[in-house]
Order: sequence, then structure tokens, then C-alpha cells
Amino acid sequence: MKEGKNHRRLTIVTWLVIFLVWYVITEFGLVSHLIIPSPKEVLNTFVDIVKNGYNGIPFWKHLGISLLRLFLASGLAIVTAVPLGLLSGYFKKVGAIVDSIVQFYRPLPPLAYYIVLILWLGIGESSKVTLLFLAAFAPIYIACVSAVKNIQLEYLLSAQSLGAKGKDLFYRIVVPACLPDIFTSIRTAVGVAYTTLVSAEMIAATSGVGWMVLDASRYLKSSVIFVGIIVMGITGVLIDLGLRTIENKIIFWKGYQ
Amino acid sequence: MTADRIIEIKKLAVDYQTDETKLRAVTQIDLSIDKNDFICVLGPSGCGKSTLLNVIAGFIPPSEGSILMQGQPVVGPDWNRGVVFQSASLYPWMSVRQNVEFGPKIKGLPKGQVSEIATHFLKQIHLLDVEDLPPFQLSGGMRQRVALARALANEPAILLLDEPFGALDALTRIHMQQLVRTIWKENKNTIFMITHDVDEALALGTRLLVMSKSPGSIIREFQSDFSYAVDQKTGRLQLDEKYLALREEILNLIDI
Repeated sequence: MKEGKNHRRLTIVTWLVIFLVWYVITEFGLVSHLIIPSPKEVLNTFVDIVKNGYNGIPFWKHLGISLLRLFLASGLAIVTAVPLGLLSGYFKKVGAIVDSIVQFYRPLPPLAYYIVLILWLGIGESSKVTLLFLAAFAPIYIACVSAVKNIQLEYLLSAQSLGAKGKDLFYRIVVPACLPDIFTSIRTAVGVAYTTLVSAEMIAATSGVGWMVLDASRYLKSSVIFVGIIVMGITGVLIDLGLRTIENKIIFWKGYQ
Repeated sequence: MTADRIIEIKKLAVDYQTDETKLRAVTQIDLSIDKNDFICVLGPSGCGKSTLLNVIAGFIPPSEGSILMQGQPVVGPDWNRGVVFQSASLYPWMSVRQNVEFGPKIKGLPKGQVSEIATHFLKQIHLLDVEDLPPFQLSGGMRQRVALARALANEPAILLLDEPFGALDALTRIHMQQLVRTIWKENKNTIFMITHDVDEALALGTRLLVMSKSPGSIIREFQSDFSYAVDQKTGRLQLDEKYLALREEILNLIDI
């Protein structure tokens, strides 16, 4: 317990130092405020954007549309990648069909196929959501396949000796045994989708936090860029915190496999 | 074939395929198991004891020979042959009670009956008071007792135990042996148990099988009735000369 407290203190001190350095180099004019705006500027800009919006669109709409894209795509990825991944791991035939496709597109940089998606789906929401979906799909799918392959053999054997087969074996043993890995992969996938989101909003969009940052960079509004980045950072941390809380609730046996 | 014959193994051999070569794990096994037998299998490590158990369980098909269960060939695992491994391998996402209820539930028994069965066997292993805990909060010995109850709940025709007490400390092990003995006497189970502990085999089994080094075959069978002579309360055995002589003989066989 004591060690945990000490570690937390270290984290807090680290951030205080970062803020202090930021404050000092801007306060004494060591760098141009166009390159690094002062904390005060950033705070003022933040308050202004929250009050008056950016580019005629309220701030919560920018953030909201970004999160909507993120959650929609992540949700789609979860409901498709989890069953497909589990089935691929469980039935070699399904794996033979799906595996190579995922392995092919997974190492591609999302922006490379985003062009194709825009060509097919236009510059609206569907191409963005599809892009994030594809980015989130691969990590979940791959984790599910390997989770099935790494199930403790005794779980499966003992269940079969207790009479379980087919659907019972799959739903009552395979799925719960894979849940811890599934959840870890969901957290990774949401993270990947979140980073891809900014790329998507930078290529073709008129709203969203990512777009806001890009637009601000065109006019060198450094403080807006900083506000956008900080908001994205904090949102990312909060999303992961939320997912972790859900994880701890559902997978109470994590670490006791 | 008598009516009480449960398992009939004839000329069994099992090969493991490794890359290029075939490795014979067990060979020339002839074995019949009758109702209410308590068989203990002893042998040097790597002699194929577990392979034999896995074949009976239906996890591994025989390479040669045949295995019949009540006249029918064994094809894959089913509820009529319960298995307990050295690691309890309880499902951590289910409570103790849910673990025990798993078999009867899968069988499709009505809810009331499922919970009655679970209560009965949880009582028999003295763990009714922790039925709602997740299994990872139990000690190693308690977990192994739940694994036993989980297998018993199906009332299988035969119970296969693969070194079930191997990972437990000496005192817990004696308690477990006592528990298994009591259950075996009360329920009239048929048990096939692998152990590497000669004293454990002598204290429990009615038939002791000794296997040779790999490829394993059964080289001797001893009848033992010490299980009946064990002190009912303490689970301890009065050692006499007959016991020591038998123990010596078995140890010599394994230790060649």
C-alpha cells in the first residue's frame, strides 16, 4: 500500500515538473508563443472554445462527433471481431478463411486504405467509421484467435468429461475462458481506433477534435492545437479508465486462471 | 462378460507421433475394471500411467487394441467417466456451487434436482459453507475436493484420478485420502487412480497395478485390503510386517 502511494506521488511530481517547465519557458520568452503557447493562453482558449465553439460549431459537438465515430466503430468491431475471432480459433476452417485477410490488411497504415474507403463510401461518416472499424477489428480478432488456442487444456477436457460438447462447451467454457484476453484486446483496439480517428478527421471532415487541431494548424493557432491535443489525451485516459472499471467488474477472476 | 464389468481393455498400445518417429507410450495392456474396484496405478515417472488414464477417459484413441466401457467402445470423453486432474482446474468464472452443478446442468436435469445433487456432494466434501465463493479463494486441498465433487455430481460409472493429491502438502493429503476412502465406501464408486506414492496406493487401493518403464505395460498386480484396516477416525494405518513386506516388494519393482 505504502509503495503504491509513493508511486502515485512520483506521478504527480512528474506532471508538476512538466507544467513548471512549460510555464517557465513560455513565461520568460525562451520560445515563441507560436511554437509553444503559455499555459494561460491555452486555458483561455479552452474557455473560449467551450463558450463560443470553434468555427461556428459548439465544442461539445466537436468532441461528441469524434466520440460517436469512435464508439460506433469500436462497437461494430467488438460485435464482429469477437465472434469471428473465437470461431476462427475454435474451427480451423473458419480460421483458414478469415485469418489471411486480417493478416494482409493489418500491417497496412490506415491512411493507405482510407483513400480507397473514401473512393467507395464518400467523405461522409461511413468512410470514417469503416476506417476506425477496420483499425479496431484486427487487434480484437487476433487476440480472440490466440485466446482460444491458449485455453488451459484441462478446462476443455474436464468439461467434456462432465458431458459438455458443441454449443455448451463453446458458450459455457470457451467464451468465459477467453473473456480476460478479449477485454484486454478491446482496450488496445479502442486505443488504436482513437489514434486513427485523428488521421481520418484530418483528411476529410468539417468537425471533430482531430479536424479542429488540423484546421488550427493551417492558421498557426497554436493554443487551439494545444487545447485539442490535451483534450484528446485526457479523453483517451478517461475512456481507458472506464473500460478498465467495466473489466474489473465483469472479469472478477482475472489473474486467477 | 459379467454384469459388473465396467472397463475392458485388450491388447492396448498407444503411440505418440513426434515429427518423424513414433514413440510407443504404453504397450500390451490387458485390464478389466469391475464395479467397486479401487485401482491404484504405480510406476516410474514417464511410464505411461497418464496415457493409460487418458485412453480410458477418451482423450486419446488407442493405436492398437480395444477399450470397451460396459460393452461399448470408448469414443471420446463423456460424463460416465469423471476425471480429476492434479490441478483442480475449476472454472474461475463460476462459484464453487456452480462448478459442482455444471455436470448435472449440462445433462439437462431439472433445476431443483441439480441443486439437490450439488448440496449433497458439497456436504460430502464438507464445503457447503463456502459454496458461494469463487474457487480461487479456496486452499489447494479445498479446490481438489471441489474438483472431486464436480466429477462425482454426475455419478459416473468410473472415476479417473490423475495424481489428484500430488500437489498437496503431506497433512492435507492424508485428509484427502481419508475423504476419498469414505466417499468410495459410502457411494460404492469405482475408482482408477494414478499415484507415485506407494503408501497412498496401499492405504487406498484394493488392486495395485505396477507398470514398467516406457513403453509401459502392467508387470504386476497386487490385491490389497489395507484400505479396510485404516483407522476410521484418523485415517492412519497400523503398519504391520505384511504391509512393510508388500511395500518393499512394490518399491523394488518400480525401482529397477
